[in-house]
Amino acid sequence: MACIEARGLRKTFGSTVALAGLDLRVEEGRILGLVGPNGAGKTTALDAILGLISYEGELRVLGRDPWTERDLLMRDVCFIADVAVLPRWIRVSQALDYVAGVHPRFDRVRAEGFLSKTNISRRSKVSELSKGMVAQLHLALVMAIDAKLLVLDEPTLGLDILYRKQFYDSLLNDYFDRNRTIVVTTNQVEEIQNVITDLMFIDSGRIVLSCTMEELESRYAEVVVKPEQASAARALKPIHERQGLGRSVLLFDRADRQQLAILGEVGTPSIADLFVAVMGNHSNQRQGAVK
Amino acid sequence: MSTQSNAAPESSASQPIAAPSLLPTHPMRWSLQREFWENRSIYLAPLWAAGIGLAGFLIHLLKAHSLAGLDSAHQKLELTVPYMLVASLIMGAAFIVSIFYSLDALYGERRDRTILFWKSLPVSDLTTVLSKASIPLLILPFLAFAIVVAAIVVMLPVNMIALGGSDITFAQLWQGLQLWQSAKMLLYHLVTVHILWYAPLYAWLLLVSAWARRAPLLWAFLPPLIVSLFEKLAFHTSYVSGLLLGRLGMGSGAGGQGADVATGPGAALMPSPQFMPDRFFFLPGLWLGLLVAAGFIALAVQLRHRREPI
Repeated sequence: MACIEARGLRKTFGSTVALAGLDLRVEEGRILGLVGPNGAGKTTALDAILGLISYEGELRVLGRDPWTERDLLMRDVCFIADVAVLPRWIRVSQALDYVAGVHPRFDRVRAEGFLSKTNISRRSKVSELSKGMVAQLHLALVMAIDAKLLVLDEPTLGLDILYRKQFYDSLLNDYFDRNRTIVVTTNQVEEIQNVITDLMFIDSGRIVLSCTMEELESRYAEVVVKPEQASAARALKPIHERQGLGRSVLLFDRADRQQLAILGEVGTPSIADLFVAVMGNHSNQRQGAVK
Repeated sequence: MSTQSNAAPESSASQPIAAPSLLPTHPMRWSLQREFWENRSIYLAPLWAAGIGLAGFLIHLLKAHSLAGLDSAHQKLELTVPYMLVASLIMGAAFIVSIFYSLDALYGERRDRTILFWKSLPVSDLTTVLSKASIPLLILPFLAFAIVVAAIVVMLPVNMIALGGSDITFAQLWQGLQLWQSAKMLLYHLVTVHILWYAPLYAWLLLVSAWARRAPLLWAFLPPLIVSLFEKLAFHTSYVSGLLLGRLGMGSGAGGQGADVATGPGAALMPSPQFMPDRFFFLPGLWLGLLVAAGFIALAVQLRHRREPI
């Protein structure tokens, strides 16, 4: 059974189409990175998955309909919407008490263990903690829940580099195992490059690209070529080209690697570069279609 | 492999990596606890009212003049009025807290986006809304009652010491206060007026707080006012305002007519004829009101399901 399965998922807000018939399948044990420009529909998709909004089409999360069974679903699903949603008045000890009181899969000892590695005092109120500490607290609460699916929507927004790094480190080292599934959205694509197993680009409520990281490595190649070889490289139809340090960096989709190796140094593109290439082409196509 | 499965009991063999057993949870209890953490005014406001009432009572005792010249009816009144006032202060505080609590209950969590945290936990919208509805409908009336009783327990001995010099005995004070009778009346008043009769009021406020995108106070009170005035202007009738005032007024008017000089606080709490048990429980307005209240709360549950953070 897939962890998340959506067919023709649609959501409109008035005349705005947030999700334009999304087909999605996330298998158990994957870490999916959902990447897209602002307003692409990432958060809407996650909200639908979490049972926070109604939708058209078919959607099953762990075999349940999120919209009608949110409270049951939340026994097996955790989410961090963004770092600012922990109530400011709550004390750390109260947050632990509350989650322990309502969540059947919450391991309080584990949460205390995570917290003891931080400088967060049990007596503190959330309003007295720094933004990074609030994120640590929320993560400690969530990681102590034995959930099957963890959804993170911009979990590191507004955090400094140290906290961001720490966040993903603890997620991978202390939490993730092959039985859990994680879905994460972020604009900081470089920080999830080595975290995710699957990548999905989404724009205007549609999936633009969906692949595993292995597929990404075998399918896309980036070549750094000197100016004199640039025209030869362009003949191979790169999907994107940018200039850097007097050289051209060309991105190819399903090109012959041996052919590319003659032209220059071949590597795997970063998610950020691939994003720019794919999204740039996508929006050009869309504009072309409109004209 | 086979030896292992033979050694293991059949039930565990069929579920080799069984999900860890679910720990017992108490969503309703912890939802209520959350309300007490978040809204400390639920108990602080009536306690402060009690404190201020007791301070006023002490000043009253220090400045009190002799009761010797008064006839016994006026003596009783002089003795018992402070108790009435302290009780009204506490109940009034609880009532005001109920109003403002209900208006913010389902609005505040959307405004500060914490609803995204609460909804990330396995607590249903029904549990959440019922826990919030129970604050004005159950917790606050009974809490107010308990605080009134506690205040009287403090006031009585102090009053006895203050009266030590005069010829008024404990028996007279006791008789004047009619404590048991008054406590029963107070409880009856709280249950009939504050809970059963006001239920549609609180339910309406909860509904508005679940629905409004801003200014729930305005949305709660302005539309009924406008509808009443419109009706008056257009049709020269006052059914709506009569209905609304009847809902608000009947409770507070309890005892208003009947409280003459000779009666104690028990009599002042005497329900108005409408609220006597033989009539109150047969009032169509009571049952219709409760039905409307249930409808409002059901709608509030639906709205909490659907509404997004503001």
